[in-house]
Amino acid sequence: MSMNSKSKAWWRELLVPVIAVLVGLAIGAVFMLFTGANPLDAYGALLSGCFGSPVNLSETIVYVTPLICTGLSIAVAFRAGLFNIGAEGQMIVGMLASAIVGYTLTGLPRIIHLPLTILSGMVAGGLWAAVPGYLKAKFGVHEVVNSIMMNYIALYFSHYLVNGPIKDPNLASPYSPEIADAAKLWRFVGGHGSEFRVNSGIIIAVVAAILIYRLLYKTTKGYEIRAVGLNPEAARYAGIDVSAAMARSMLIAGSMAGLAGAIQVCGIQYKFLDLFAFEGFGFDGIAVALLAKGNPYGILAAASLFGVLNRGSQMMQLLATVPKETAGIIQASVVFLVAAEGIVEGWLPIRRMAKLDVAGKEETR
Amino acid sequence: MGKPQSVPVLEMRGITKQFPGVLANDNVDFKLEKGEIHALLGENGAGKTTLMKILYGLYEADEGTILVDGEEVSIQEPNDAISLGIGMVHQHFMLIPPFTVAENLVLGAEPRKHGIFMDMESAIARANEISEAYGLAIDPHAKVMDISVGMQQRVEILKALLRGAEILVLDEPTAVLTPQEVTELFEIMRNLTRQGKSIIFISHKLKEVLDISDHVTVLRRGKSIGTVATPGTTQQELAKMMVGRDVELVVEKGPASPGESILEIDTLHVLDHRHLPAVRGVSFSVRAGEILGIAGVDGNGQSELVEAITGMRRPSSGRVVINGRDVTGVPPRQVFESGVVHIPSDRHRHGLILDFTLAENMVLQTYYRPPFSKRGELDWETIHQEARRLIEEFDVRTPSEKVAAGSLSGGNQQKVIVARELSRKPELIVAAQPTRGLDVGAIEFVHRKLIEARDDGKAVLLVSLELDEIMALADRIAVIYEGEIVGIADPDTVTEEELGLMMAGAMRGPQHKAAGGESR
Repeated sequence: MSMNSKSKAWWRELLVPVIAVLVGLAIGAVFMLFTGANPLDAYGALLSGCFGSPVNLSETIVYVTPLICTGLSIAVAFRAGLFNIGAEGQMIVGMLASAIVGYTLTGLPRIIHLPLTILSGMVAGGLWAAVPGYLKAKFGVHEVVNSIMMNYIALYFSHYLVNGPIKDPNLASPYSPEIADAAKLWRFVGGHGSEFRVNSGIIIAVVAAILIYRLLYKTTKGYEIRAVGLNPEAARYAGIDVSAAMARSMLIAGSMAGLAGAIQVCGIQYKFLDLFAFEGFGFDGIAVALLAKGNPYGILAAASLFGVLNRGSQMMQLLATVPKETAGIIQASVVFLVAAEGIVEGWLPIRRMAKLDVAGKEETR
Repeated sequence: MGKPQSVPVLEMRGITKQFPGVLANDNVDFKLEKGEIHALLGENGAGKTTLMKILYGLYEADEGTILVDGEEVSIQEPNDAISLGIGMVHQHFMLIPPFTVAENLVLGAEPRKHGIFMDMESAIARANEISEAYGLAIDPHAKVMDISVGMQQRVEILKALLRGAEILVLDEPTAVLTPQEVTELFEIMRNLTRQGKSIIFISHKLKEVLDISDHVTVLRRGKSIGTVATPGTTQQELAKMMVGRDVELVVEKGPASPGESILEIDTLHVLDHRHLPAVRGVSFSVRAGEILGIAGVDGNGQSELVEAITGMRRPSSGRVVINGRDVTGVPPRQVFESGVVHIPSDRHRHGLILDFTLAENMVLQTYYRPPFSKRGELDWETIHQEARRLIEEFDVRTPSEKVAAGSLSGGNQQKVIVARELSRKPELIVAAQPTRGLDVGAIEFVHRKLIEARDDGKAVLLVSLELDEIMALADRIAVIYEGEIVGIADPDTVTEEELGLMMAGAMRGPQHKAAGGESR
């Protein structure tokens, strides 16, 4: 899909997800009626949980930030025709690298230490993704299997590190030492200890989305990535180095997931906390990217939707006594309907038009 | 049957079908007599397929009536058509490759044993029965994926006959066949009409239509232009009906004035994707200002040869020299940068990125160079300008340069490729089946452009499966058989028979001396 043909049908592209969200909420309402909760109260709680108070708004943004980055990660790989299931692991090594660079170096000025810390997270994530990327490009090994395995390696490797080599000896819990203040992202309100955890990471994530958009649509490297993703044989015919484009997209994808990890460490956690399981940002990123159809700006919207649903679900549970599981059902129904856009289009008059378009096209083949 | 002779077996009256923005069928009349082969001729997008899809119940007509054996019928879905004795063989086969021929034949009407099990024995018996009844030999045990395309088509025809088809619709049946298979198919078709079947033959190939049909109905832009009896009409007349103007079926060209050698191929060996020898010691040269045609039956090493020249496949030995520069085994970009352009034989697989816009497709090889990009940044304004210029110059029919290439008709897609390739100021043009699937108007256009390029001093290597095309364009003809050049012929003196024999490996022509290379 090119940026040019897109502007024409933007309303159509927007209409389907909006209706899908509404229907998803309606389905959720039915479930709530089953469980005896009042949907209106619940959705009121959802909204106030996300936007109702400054802290709530802040927490929503905190949740959305890494999702934007992992969404971008999956989207960039997807544009080259690769399925990056490994964002989860790339994010973990990003967190590890940022934590290590953040606490081992001391006495550096912020202007050096902070970028260095974030960059190290991105590099680590990029290299982690480069392994399946290289195997795919050189030997044709399927990236899905490899990147899943890389997730496990990252998870258990981090487990080992934070319970041993990088564990803070002064603490009982398996945490790394805290990073230097010079490596922390700026919190908008009240400094590093503030209850408003929203920080400049969100700005970095939005800038990343803009840069990825520019990369894909304004640069020759992005053109190559898109060409390879749409038709690798034609790209090869045209003289594009298909392997290089794939490897490059995986590297960028990994660095975006690594960025998610770096922002978590530098903006929120300030240290590496032992993970008992995958946090799910990498996997949710897949849904975010698909929802946005790989469009970086769409990812901003899709990640926000996810963030709102996720954050709101906690509040529904607290304020309207809706089980968190029901919130999960709502979230899943919304994503289901947005992803299965054919279903939603079927309810709209635009389906007839689209179908006839196809028919007319076949005729002219 | 039992009806008076004058009642046509099928009649379609006043069929109109509107798609958004396109009147695909505009008050079309069509009449099929019993036992005849009736060709439905028209350019891509003329409405042939739409008309047949209406007949088969895949589309519903906005207006018009259909009569079978003189009685008005209503066809809502393919099952209605089948029960009326109408069978269709689609251009793309509807077979299940891992299933056997017998399994495919009975698909949807499987004979059963004990209610739930498939009765394989009676399926095979039924397959043998039907193949004998119509003299169409098949192996019911063979898996469809293991048999040739011609055989698969035979299975499709038998499938329709098994369901009681009296009227057979064959949608561009020759598009996928080799010349020999076409001959066999025509034999089958004649046989079927002798047994009382009536056949609608969809095609845009004039020669085939003249060869096989009894009547021809020509469609143009959704309208029926007329029906003529095949004896007594000519290719010229049909082409004019089809396109709406006089068409040069053979583009006029003057004698070649060859200059120095641009492409030198020296004892080239190339393996195919299964690592079997596909090109075996080929040597020839192409000079500036001449068209060298490579004639041959499909699968004799043409694709591998072209891929080896254009850098898409590494030769196992031998040399490719372009303009004095050895480009053996270098990647495609370096080949292009030595002044080569390549019109690939498969426009969907190689030539275009269908989801890219025309503008994006127009710079597929040149996007990384000024003026289309500077320091890694694309200059969309220049790219769009260039695309508009090429669309204008090469008469690509499109609403704008911003639409996806996949939304254009095949002919216009090919024009996009030809425009892009010829605009790259080549010294050598490698054109592999440059008119595959195009109709007469578009063929004339591509041929004219290739001859213009030749007259402009370019070297042209033309690879084509269409002997007519080779005869019309080439200044010298090299015949390839089983990966070897079995002869190089002068199109002015050689006959089609001689070429045919060489293509079949039954005769060798004058050898490599005529190739101009000292390489032997």
